[in-house]
Amino acid sequence: MGKTLAEKILSQKSGADAHAGDIVIAKVDLVFVQDTTGPLTLKQLEATGLKAVANPGRTIIFLDHAVPSPARELSNDHMLLRHFASRTGVSLSEVGEGICHQLVAESYANPGDVIVGADSHTVTAGGLGAFATGMGSTDIAVALALGRTWFRVPESLKVVIGGRFAPGVYAKDLILHLIGDIGANGASYKALEFSGEAIAEIAMSGRLSVANMAVEAGAKVGLFPADDVTEGYLQAQGRGERYQRLYPDPDAAYERTIEVDIAGLEPMVARPHSVDNVARAKELKGTRIQQVLIGTCTNGRLDDLAVAANMLRGRRRHADTRLIVAPASRGVFMAALEAGHIRALVEAGAIILPPGCAACLGVHQGVLGDGESCLSTANRNFRGRMGNPEAFIYLASPATAAATAIAGEITDPRELL
Amino acid sequence: MLRGNAFKLGDNISTDDIVPGRLAHLRSNLPELAKHVLEDVAPALASRIKAGDFIVGGENFGLGSSREHAPIVIKMAGASAVLAKSVARIFFRNATNVGLPVIICDTDNIDDGDELEVDLAQGTIRNLTNGAGFACAKPPQVMLTILEEGGLIPYIKKYGGFQLPS
Repeated sequence: MGKTLAEKILSQKSGADAHAGDIVIAKVDLVFVQDTTGPLTLKQLEATGLKAVANPGRTIIFLDHAVPSPARELSNDHMLLRHFASRTGVSLSEVGEGICHQLVAESYANPGDVIVGADSHTVTAGGLGAFATGMGSTDIAVALALGRTWFRVPESLKVVIGGRFAPGVYAKDLILHLIGDIGANGASYKALEFSGEAIAEIAMSGRLSVANMAVEAGAKVGLFPADDVTEGYLQAQGRGERYQRLYPDPDAAYERTIEVDIAGLEPMVARPHSVDNVARAKELKGTRIQQVLIGTCTNGRLDDLAVAANMLRGRRRHADTRLIVAPASRGVFMAALEAGHIRALVEAGAIILPPGCAACLGVHQGVLGDGESCLSTANRNFRGRMGNPEAFIYLASPATAAATAIAGEITDPRELL
Repeated sequence: MLRGNAFKLGDNISTDDIVPGRLAHLRSNLPELAKHVLEDVAPALASRIKAGDFIVGGENFGLGSSREHAPIVIKMAGASAVLAKSVARIFFRNATNVGLPVIICDTDNIDDGDELEVDLAQGTIRNLTNGAGFACAKPPQVMLTILEEGGLIPYIKKYGGFQLPS
């Protein structure tokens, strides 16, 4: 019997003939933590009594969630992590370098890799054909020390994407639509595997956005095949030699097949307080928005900032709507500066934050007031997510976010094209 | 055998409900963080819960972040287990790793405050308040073994690595 992408990668990394439902022990190619899960990881590592890091060159500590630090306690956490990095030789990504998932895509992830990170959005690297999944601090501590971990090989749901995006409609709308369709636990414990004629037209930035949100449907991993788009991206990032073509077998067994025709797709918005509570943007016209956030590991890439800048160029944010933009990495920031996007955004009234997770998780840099609403390009809108359980979060694409910032209310971006 | 009272919550209790990001500065101070467990959905839960009580959810308990602080503070607050109809993947694994049992069962049989008796080994639950008795789903053997050892750290200390049942 043929294999899904998940079965193929886990077979290769475990040495077993892995099929859905099996438990395997697999080698991990990359292990990482970030600054809000790293300190507990180090504490748990110490408790195991395991001293050495299996592969310091493929172990990374990212300082990205609370950057620059807003509190003494978080600064002390950063110090602890820096000290561990200098003692063990693992890599440290400093404050300001960017969001772990963006940097993993830019510099580390390769097709066929197994990647585990102490952050649920580790799934982002599935856009490159890596079996990438989030785990907690203890699992990551053990993976970091042993260089391997256990997995239950997931059943896969095949998502077949056909058609072409209409103007103003993006990969973010696709994943919001899919999660709205299957629900916030519609892929629990499963792999989402994307295929179909349309994916050749989805750039790596869009693939990363889609894979990033696989976890919002409960999935263990969201996998794209590694194809020409992947090869082009890896070449542009200076590691074309790491490309390998990677597709599922034609006779692989899937738990279920879901077909999505993106030709008819419209700009989508997830309403509070659940990612699967989706509606078309045009249905929400009239919903006042006090803050727009463009950035995060979901939509803080150069293509995203370009879409927002192109819409905002020569326009201005609504007087009652704050516009916050956070590039996903320093590389994205530099490229957006050179392309003139940052200037266009600032002229339109945007506040530019340093590369990092910014306001997405409610630590700082845009905490909402009681009763306020934010439209964000992030991946989560749970109650309390952005620092205030009395606030409301809507999720959408950068185009919808930019249009909303201009109008001050949720706006279908096609109105402003 | 575990025995205690139920704190009944709804569906989709997220890790932001359990330990929100606004408390990120307390993550290296777990006793302090535990005082805030679930406070946005169950005010003052930390001061009301007694050792041995159960956190009872509906569908998709623990969805969201990988923050292991979530099951840790539930355990530190005194809960002996989480009962839910379904549980998010990362939370399930994290809870097991920190020695907090997660029991998958039909929680419609349980109301807030009910007294429950849970036999983990047998996979049975008795609701002493309404007399209902029901079964729970069995997790994979690897998770049961980790749980029996008290979590992943004692498991790794004992075995030195992961063991697959042959």
